[in-house]
Amino acid sequence: MNAPHTNTPAAAPSSDVRSEEMLLNMGPQHPSTHGVFRVVIRTDGEIVLDSESHVGYLHRCFEKHCESVSFLQSVLYTDRLDYLTSMGNNLAFSMAVERLYPDLKIPERAEHIRVICAELNRIASHLLAIGTYGMDIGAITPFLYCFRDREKILSIFESICGQRLNYNYVRPGGVAYDIDDSMIAAIKDFCGYFRPKAQEYDDLLSNNDIFVRRTANVGVLPKDLAISYGVTGPSLRGSGLKRDLRRDAPYSIYDRFKFDIPVGTGEKGTLGDCYDRYMVRVREMIESLKIVEQAVAQIPDGPFKSEQLKGKLRPPKGESFVRVENSRGELGFYVISDGKDVAARVKCRAPSFHNISLLSDISKGCMIADMVAIIGSLDIVMGEVDR
Amino acid sequence: MAESIQEINLNNDSPTRDNILITSVDQLVNWTRRSSVWPMTFGLACCAIEMMATGASHYDIDRFGSGPFRATPRQADLMIVAGTVSHKMAPRVKRLYDQMPEPKYVMAMGACTVCGGPYIKHGYHVLKGVDRLIPVDVYVPGCPPRPEALLEGLFRIQDKMKRERVLDRERKGLRPKLLVE
Amino acid sequence: MTPEKIHDALNAAHPGAVLAFDPNPKLPSIKVAPSAWKAAAKTLRDACGLDYLVCLTSVDRGAELEAIYTLETMGETRAPIHVRVLVPRENPVIPTVEDVWRTADWHEREAWDLMGIVFEGHHNLVRILCAEDWEGHPLRKDYKSPDTYHGIKNNVT
Repeated sequence: MNAPHTNTPAAAPSSDVRSEEMLLNMGPQHPSTHGVFRVVIRTDGEIVLDSESHVGYLHRCFEKHCESVSFLQSVLYTDRLDYLTSMGNNLAFSMAVERLYPDLKIPERAEHIRVICAELNRIASHLLAIGTYGMDIGAITPFLYCFRDREKILSIFESICGQRLNYNYVRPGGVAYDIDDSMIAAIKDFCGYFRPKAQEYDDLLSNNDIFVRRTANVGVLPKDLAISYGVTGPSLRGSGLKRDLRRDAPYSIYDRFKFDIPVGTGEKGTLGDCYDRYMVRVREMIESLKIVEQAVAQIPDGPFKSEQLKGKLRPPKGESFVRVENSRGELGFYVISDGKDVAARVKCRAPSFHNISLLSDISKGCMIADMVAIIGSLDIVMGEVDR
Repeated sequence: MAESIQEINLNNDSPTRDNILITSVDQLVNWTRRSSVWPMTFGLACCAIEMMATGASHYDIDRFGSGPFRATPRQADLMIVAGTVSHKMAPRVKRLYDQMPEPKYVMAMGACTVCGGPYIKHGYHVLKGVDRLIPVDVYVPGCPPRPEALLEGLFRIQDKMKRERVLDRERKGLRPKLLVE
Repeated sequence: MTPEKIHDALNAAHPGAVLAFDPNPKLPSIKVAPSAWKAAAKTLRDACGLDYLVCLTSVDRGAELEAIYTLETMGETRAPIHVRVLVPRENPVIPTVEDVWRTADWHEREAWDLMGIVFEGHHNLVRILCAEDWEGHPLRKDYKSPDTYHGIKNNVT
């Protein structure tokens, strides 16, 4: 039924000097592959000639689950897709279900809470991305600093919804629970605390000579290749294209907030290299902080979920496609409803699926250690690649 | 008076097993072993993030001796299976378990490794519990378990190590079983 | 380009390729015949500027299998357009577009793996998400998950 499985990359072109080629298997268990990701690399000594990526080691049947359980129960499976930005996943799915209802209005308070949670989650996700990227390159200290600040965000989330990870909080119609003044005070405290800390990461890592030499001019991603591969998020913005769904196609209430979109400039090397993608994430954390501060200042009183979507969800027959700007790119859900309480089909458009598929193209000719730097800079989460 | 080395009976039910010299050696060896249980980095999914948080400074697993997370199974004592094991990943899990040298311990972290977790009913590609593949010593439930829960699981492994005996080469009575259904 | 303009451009370049057009502003969609899909894809990318394949959704519609290609122009900010290609269930063959949009490579492998749609001309149509020796196409409505896999019990509830 299937074609015979091949895991040997294409043979290298012949050259005058016959040197030894080696097939090296990286993963699926590997400290630097950011999850269960396998790359088979054909190397000539230390130089990578070609590589082939293998995914699917974390295929957890998300789309089949959505066809078997109710819409509300599907929200918890969306958490576990990109488990570092669960709020964003929940938001995308909830908006896709809400789009099936004509004339549905989400309460203002719920919209503000959603934006605050999504942006705090973005900061937490970027902190982890930066910390683990430093660890991949060899710097252990930024990892500890990043996790220290991540713990503060996780304790805010724990007080809001009871979970440190996999929140299941943003649901179709609004959010699951209300937030009270103590939580808002905690969020304001965090905003005041985090601003100088973000400068710490810059001092620790961004201007470190070794870090710059490991990441500048490595893994250059040209803009047209990125578009053809459907790359989005910081990986695309690192190549110089200023595209962000929060500004270009605003959803929820993002059109009310003022924030910048950082793009890569090739400041330490070539435009679109690993350093550019890393710097985009560092600068995005401050922009997310600005959004959180504005949202917390404007949050109104009122209901936290819509009256129309109470009880068992039975969206009208129809199809909808909604995307949000997640930390890794554009996360989209294509939802088909038959009018029943179980979806007919849910397809998840995962940003990391696109981002990692170009690995073999941008890693030709680099060294094996650069492979680690490139995978880390693309910032993938295997939960959403394999779904 | 202790018997000479050739006459010491290594069977479990020998009357010479629990003499005072060996008991102290047992306690010493078990203390050194349980104070430096080196885990293998086997983070598969969301539980890996909580495992990383346990290794970070707030919860700090290093104060219990388990700081160095070895990437290679050859140097690891404890395999913390953190995350869902799919059928595609299962042969690799088994191979890594076989590559670990004795004495080795396995902790099933998270609901997915205990029984399949939220994927138990409709997950066609999910292994319903890692104990169908390798013998598990300690199960830590949660989705994901808090870092404190992971530390509690580590203490249970350490308690298991306390009960071991130096002369008992094959960990009789303490080795866990594979789930057979 | 607006969906209407895209529809007109397709009709002009490939008469008979477009089978239906739904200008719904929330979900504009065009239904294209499978035999004309490859040529239509090139026109969409080159003449209409749709250089970004957002998503490839495969749907089991009972008697037919559907592949929905969601396309957009990277520099624009309007609702993406969805191109539907329907093929019969007994012989689901669609020409590949991996040379038009590079990302279609992995998306088509996934559609083959989970839904069983064959993409003619794909250079490496093997399973990508399920294990290499997995049998069946899981997202089909009549799929039964295997009771055991290599001796390990799979269905426990």
